Amino acid sequence: MKNTPPETGAFFARDRDMHPPAYAPWYKTSVLRSPQRALISLEGTKSEITGPVFGHGLLNELDNDLIMNYAKPGEMAVGQRILVHGQVLDERGIGVHGALVEFWQANAGGRYRHKKETYLAALDPNFGGVGRAITDENGYYWFKTIKPGPYPWPNGVNDWRPAHIHFSIFGHGFAQRLITQMYFEGDPLIWKCPIVKTIPDEDAIKRLVAPLDMNATIPMDMRAYKFDIVLRGRRSTLFENRKEGN
Amino acid sequence: MVQPLGYLKESASQTAGPYVHIGCTPNFVGIEGIFDQDLGSGPLYNDKTRGERITIRGHVYDGGGNTLKDGLVEIWQADTDGFYNSPSETRGKADPNFLGWARCPGDMATGEFVFHTIKPGKVPFDGTRWMAPHITFWVVARGINIGLQTRMYFPDEEDANAADPVLARIEHKVRIPTLIANRQGDDYVFDIRLQGENETVFFDI
Repeated sequence: MKNTPPETGAFFARDRDMHPPAYAPWYKTSVLRSPQRALISLEGTKSEITGPVFGHGLLNELDNDLIMNYAKPGEMAVGQRILVHGQVLDERGIGVHGALVEFWQANAGGRYRHKKETYLAALDPNFGGVGRAITDENGYYWFKTIKPGPYPWPNGVNDWRPAHIHFSIFGHGFAQRLITQMYFEGDPLIWKCPIVKTIPDEDAIKRLVAPLDMNATIPMDMRAYKFDIVLRGRRSTLFENRKEGN
Repeated sequence: MVQPLGYLKESASQTAGPYVHIGCTPNFVGIEGIFDQDLGSGPLYNDKTRGERITIRGHVYDGGGNTLKDGLVEIWQADTDGFYNSPSETRGKADPNFLGWARCPGDMATGEFVFHTIKPGKVPFDGTRWMAPHITFWVVARGINIGLQTRMYFPDEEDANAADPVLARIEHKVRIPTLIANRQGDDYVFDIRLQGENETVFFDI
């Protein structure tokens, strides 16, 4: 870990113009699951600027290898082998070290391994679809997986999710807690998707689309996509009155 | 022209979707053998943890009064003395036997979530005021585009609640009871209403 003191400043205000509104009726489930009252704004107290820390001891060897972590001995998951890598940064451009990144996805055919999933595409007996990583001292993470397939869902009569990987990220404060989705460069379904279109800002959508990264590709093995994630930045307490005398 | 400020923008949130369990609680949906146990499952305390053991249970309701059966709830709280187990805690060292964080998926049949934890101590708001004992809740699910943050306070802390600077921030006082759990037997019940009558107060923190 970096030999720097932990930061204790409050986080920058969240720019809600870059995030989906709660109520987005074209994504039908949001209609009954969105608050009608305004959020109550609150500057970061101790309860928001702190957050849990997960040690590298949490991880098993194959936690960041979805091709192998559910496979039977001698077998592996079917599909396009890819490496997904990137950096978790905060809004100041500083790498977020020690961040827990969890990810989950459908298999190559767009089928999730979940009790409530009924899509007719086949399960892959060697693919679970879940993994996790903890960022290094510069905020980097990586994992190996199968490129997920697009997936039909009951919203409009013919809505399909673009290929996507779900991400959940813990930064250094609970106010940085974020769940989002990564999409793949060039997928024409991105611009048709009601869930993507809950994001009101076109550039904010583009920042969720991972480019093909031929420099990180492993020849004769797997292609690579680069996906950087930005969490909220935080103010430096150097500039603040030390209200608590610390 | 001026120099660009150069800040990056936070990545946009997206819904956790109906299959959030695959990534966050895989053993709960039968994906076994990858993680030894689901992160954040089980009691928050062990034999050595200091503080009063409590159980919190509740449901998340949509605007039609239906319980969410595909939601995921996380909590974050201080230890019995009001210290957070976090590097950003500057006042002292928290109970090493208390992480202070947990997650629970809603039961697939009933939607109920349950946490076995300890009652947190008071936490300072600034140099002169204290927040009443509280637990931070974070709710995600299909249909929720960005995680919803709220707080649970305790019904047996009337004086501290009355002096709490965050509750004081709520202009419409009639909404404050939505953040205060109910006592039912030995348990605290904290129901979260996403929309409509008695809608829970959510915070932009």
